[in-house]
Amino acid sequence: MAKNSNIDKSQVVIQMKDIVKKFGSFTANDHINLTVHKGEVHAILGENGAGKSTLMNVLYGLLTPTSGTIEINGQQVDIDSPDKAISLGIGMVHQHFMLVEPFTVTENIILGKEPVKGIVVDKKEARRQILELSEKYNLKVDPDAKIEDISVGMQQRVEILKVLYRGANILILDEPTASLTPQEITELMDIIKNLTADGKSVILITHKLKEIKFAADNCTIIRKGKYIDTVDVEETSEDDLAAMMVGRKVNFKVEKKEQEPGDLVLEVKNLHAKDYRGVEILKGLNLKVRKGEIVGLAGVDGNGQSQLIEIITGLSKAVSGEVIMSGENVVNKPPKYMFEKGITSIPEDRQKHGLVLDFSVAENLILQNFGKAPFSKHGILQKDKIMQHATKMIEKFDIRPVGCENRLAGHLSGGNQQKVIIAREVTNDAELLIAFNPTRGLDVGAIEFVHKYLVQQRNKNRAILLVSFELDEIMGLSDRIDVIFDGKIVGSVDGKDADENTLGYMMAGGKNE
Amino acid sequence: MNKKSKIFNSNILYTFIAILIGFLVGAILLLAIGNDPVVAYSKLFSSVFSKPKYIVYSIVYASPLILTGLSVAFSFRTGVFNIGAEGQFVVGSLAACLCGIFLKLPAPLHVLVCVLAAAAAGIVWGAIVGFLKIKRGINEVLSYIMFNWIAFYLSNYVVNLKSVHRDGGGEATKNILESARMTAPKDIIKLTGCSDANWGIILAVVAALAIWFIMNKTTLGFQLRSVGYSKTAAEYAGISSNKIFLISMSISGALAGLGGAVQTLGMGERISQFATQEQYGFQGITVALIGSSHPIGCIFAGLFYGAMKYGGSKLTMVNVPQEVVNIIMGTIIIFVAITHVFKSLLTKNKGGQNE
Repeated sequence: MAKNSNIDKSQVVIQMKDIVKKFGSFTANDHINLTVHKGEVHAILGENGAGKSTLMNVLYGLLTPTSGTIEINGQQVDIDSPDKAISLGIGMVHQHFMLVEPFTVTENIILGKEPVKGIVVDKKEARRQILELSEKYNLKVDPDAKIEDISVGMQQRVEILKVLYRGANILILDEPTASLTPQEITELMDIIKNLTADGKSVILITHKLKEIKFAADNCTIIRKGKYIDTVDVEETSEDDLAAMMVGRKVNFKVEKKEQEPGDLVLEVKNLHAKDYRGVEILKGLNLKVRKGEIVGLAGVDGNGQSQLIEIITGLSKAVSGEVIMSGENVVNKPPKYMFEKGITSIPEDRQKHGLVLDFSVAENLILQNFGKAPFSKHGILQKDKIMQHATKMIEKFDIRPVGCENRLAGHLSGGNQQKVIIAREVTNDAELLIAFNPTRGLDVGAIEFVHKYLVQQRNKNRAILLVSFELDEIMGLSDRIDVIFDGKIVGSVDGKDADENTLGYMMAGGKNE
Repeated sequence: MNKKSKIFNSNILYTFIAILIGFLVGAILLLAIGNDPVVAYSKLFSSVFSKPKYIVYSIVYASPLILTGLSVAFSFRTGVFNIGAEGQFVVGSLAACLCGIFLKLPAPLHVLVCVLAAAAAGIVWGAIVGFLKIKRGINEVLSYIMFNWIAFYLSNYVVNLKSVHRDGGGEATKNILESARMTAPKDIIKLTGCSDANWGIILAVVAALAIWFIMNKTTLGFQLRSVGYSKTAAEYAGISSNKIFLISMSISGALAGLGGAVQTLGMGERISQFATQEQYGFQGITVALIGSSHPIGCIFAGLFYGAMKYGGSKLTMVNVPQEVVNIIMGTIIIFVAITHVFKSLLTKNKGGQNE
């Protein structure tokens, strides 16, 4: 891929040397070096828990390093607070946005640095400045919209504007594409180019190799807190990057044996549903999933996937239509009923629906089965059994850190949180497993794990419904692919025959041409 | 478990710091109005600890507060804010009082029936609010506050019914029968010199232990906590949050109702007509906050508040306004809240080690 790089090798803007950060006996950063030039896009690659965020928090003044030095524009500095970092021109866009939902875009951007006229906030001036910035870098936002009403992509642009508004020359983007649609990702890549063309430097924290190949000039790889290497992205293949990150060769292709699907497990018939605003979002959807097959539901976010899954799992209600599970129409039954009928799922939002973050790993592992033997007897929880179960699952699913039975789920990394959910859902011997964006925000090692597991479950003759916004994932795993658009299935193709163009075309609503 | 107890320990530490600051602020205010804080605080101290009688009185004052504190703490743990403990306390004491006046039963049984009636009244009062919440989506804080006032006027109405009102002077009910009283055995009263010594504290401690057991050891507690921490994840896992809210608000109501029973059967003997709200329910919020919403923490927080209330009532003897106790308690709450914010910031920082 030809890259019109804006890197200016003569000017070093960030020089982090031998950064060590310890938390008690645990070393999160072990002598890490990082050099970023003016106009450079520098990717930081590492698995979940490798120490990327720690390093960035050190740079942003949220954590003080145990040892090591930081130079900004050639000056050695002591960054002891985010305020200091901002004054040095460093800005950070966090993975989870920090926006005030009921406030407008303008209000959010100027928050804490409001232009004033006398004693009142000069909203007009603020609006003008924001529009100017937004035009300069092609960051399209509606300055008067409320955050709660705008898309995730626009929220991210607001975060970037917030940082630019504070005069940042160095932007740290933490997993910026984790919650974006493919189209929004392309837009973001353009924005990054505009920024570097203006002499700004961008640090991209990610574990998506494609994006690194596409956008970054250089890439620093961190593994288990240790500095591995800094490489020129153009000269390094995706496979090599992955191998450096994980420490072994990664298998991107999922091996899948041929298999005839068996009996019908789930059938969705003519399903109609409305979203919370009362707008019809499912418009007569039909879907079938058989034993021993993975049905991939491809589509752009917002075409009714969430509502469909919420209805199948009992979380929300359909207006009309049927959900037939093993011959019984279970539409609009409560979640517990669905679960007992053999429907389990890896939910879309693992922190909201998948886990009780303030519960321990052990408790999360029995979230559905706490009332059954051997985990409870006469309404009393059996702590020994629960802990034994947790230890077994932690070992079997390689949930890290080892011995995390009593650790709060919220303190695990994203990939390990997902493993907890998978451990819980697949050990329920349910007939149907729904996986909704099961690898969102996970690193390649964890993705490989999840994919292998889904295929293994398929081979065990389970019916699997895979919903994903990642087309690669759908194409790599599915035996059959249904494309959802505007609340309906608009096309169905065999997994073997699928190609990106046809699917992409159907996902955008194109049917015959 | 080790980690949990560590967190709890640190809560205790923060709470002690808050208490210290509360007394400091109290001292500054005392100085400002021309009182000697040393005199005031030594009086407060001696009023609680100088005689066994005083200690027992402090405990008697504490018992209903421990129960209302437990009520609020329990609701906090399940994601509900029971600001209606006041009303549940009132209907509880009313139910206990009426059973105490009109039922004719042998001694220990009579007490038991009165206590159960109080708990039932509290359950009803809490469950109505729960129903409004889950069936009609009415915010429980609003209905709780309204139900406080409904209980208030209901009680005043009942007190003034002819058959209930005492003969002769005083705007109060008849006295409950001797068989319904929770008074401690004569020997204990004689030994301590506290004529109001009663079994309330035993009931409160047993209730606290029971709540701790339910929360941590049972499947019900598992569901209660999961809904409290994350309603969405609990629902996803098939736990009915509506059912859990109803159960939680009922149990919470029962605890506050028990508080009313302890106050009436143990100490009050009757209910007077209210001019203002009794405050036991609201003080329960303070107890829950100081006790970190932990059942065992509530026992100690309740004892502390009881002692402050009892000791505070003696302050006028050295010409110190007893309101200073309210100021101290208020300051403690502010600082308990602040330190918890502070601590959550600290622990958030610690969470970074996983990334």
